[in-house]
Amino acid sequence: MKFWNKVFAIVWKDAISEMRTREIIFSVLIFTILVVVTFNFAFGASAETMKLVAPGILWVTFTFAGILALNRSFIPEIEEGCLGGLMICPVSREVIYVGKMLGSLFFMLIIEIIALPVFALLFNLSVLSPQLITITFLATVGFVAVGTLFSALAVNTKAREMVLPILFLPVVVPIIISAVKASGQALSGEPWGELSSWLAVLGAFDAIFIVISFWIFPFIIEE
Amino acid sequence: MKNTAIISRLLPVLTFLLFAASLFMVFIYVPTEETMGIVQRIFYFHVPVAWIAFLAFFIVFIGSIMYLWKRQIIWDTIASSSAEIGLVFATLVLITGSIWAKPIWGVWWVWEPRLTTSLVLWFIYAAYLLVRSYASEESRGARFSAVVGIIGFIDVPIVALAITMWRTQHPGPVIFGGGLATSMLITLLVCLVAFTTLYALLLIQRVSLKKRENEIKILQNDDLILEKDTGG
Repeated sequence: MKFWNKVFAIVWKDAISEMRTREIIFSVLIFTILVVVTFNFAFGASAETMKLVAPGILWVTFTFAGILALNRSFIPEIEEGCLGGLMICPVSREVIYVGKMLGSLFFMLIIEIIALPVFALLFNLSVLSPQLITITFLATVGFVAVGTLFSALAVNTKAREMVLPILFLPVVVPIIISAVKASGQALSGEPWGELSSWLAVLGAFDAIFIVISFWIFPFIIEE
Repeated sequence: MKNTAIISRLLPVLTFLLFAASLFMVFIYVPTEETMGIVQRIFYFHVPVAWIAFLAFFIVFIGSIMYLWKRQIIWDTIASSSAEIGLVFATLVLITGSIWAKPIWGVWWVWEPRLTTSLVLWFIYAAYLLVRSYASEESRGARFSAVVGIIGFIDVPIVALAITMWRTQHPGPVIFGGGLATSMLITLLVCLVAFTTLYALLLIQRVSLKKRENEIKILQNDDLILEKDTGG
């Protein structure tokens, strides 16, 4: 089998198990909308304030949702002893990384595709611009690139789901800053040219951490 | 072996002398800065401390790569010792920075690029040490923290770039811009050398302490195995 066939097999395995258990998408989606609603209570709902804080709310919500979803990416593998099975498979560790990463990316994108219109509807904002969709996509790729690595690491420690946010949040600071700033500009209807430097930071982060994580992942799930 | 013995004897003396010299230079030799006044003298402490924090984290990065590559415990010992020292110095950077900022900027903290980057750095290396202590076995903790040591260091320039694009207020780099008087530059250099020897001293001490801890653990394990063998 070629590299991508093996990767696709792992993504397909995750998709099937998600369809049967509905552990990630449904619960994280409910959580995401709940957080958005809770922020609404925290900031009051005048249209002026909302325009200022909306990008922040959006990315804090997606970051927390990402942490939840990424934690779930490896916890069932450990609990049911599936990780051992995956490691016995005649595939390299890199294949496991890319497979798990694409699986998480797929779940996160589905959650965001549903959450973004809800967010737009609740806050009366036009979020469905091509700019905002590009930002969301690039930021999510960055989240899952480091998140998959740290999730595999976190589930193998004693504190499990506590470890992921402690590692994940400081490392993704560049993504959060760029995504919030770029979304703010996109929401106020600025053209592509204004966003380009932020999109460049996001793209650079994605490229660097996909390569590094790909190389470093085999060291995490050794035994 | 003889060389290391000489170094470990000489280094504390050298560090002591250098610190005596830098104290003399900071408080007696160097003139008080015109606009900021006496507060500016913390600069000779703050800048070397920041330099040591970065140096320490760079050593963590190198040690982490070497550990994953060669799998020799000594690299992990160096990396983790350096991370502990680095975190102490990163804490000092944040504290001395705040002490300087209060009279000059009027606030303890501003969300300015270098301050914010230092804070993020602090969190990354705090996570490095946490991951070690949460790991179920020591070899695992060594591998996991090596991963964090590599990712964290590569992340630093990107964090700095993103935060700089976000906002700016720190006094610009004055060392190479020619904005620093000769006497001040000499004082700063002496302090930098003094702190670097202090770092070397602390690192050597911590590494040799950890080596002994490892030896004790190995001895304890041997004892346990012996007890089991004799049915005790």
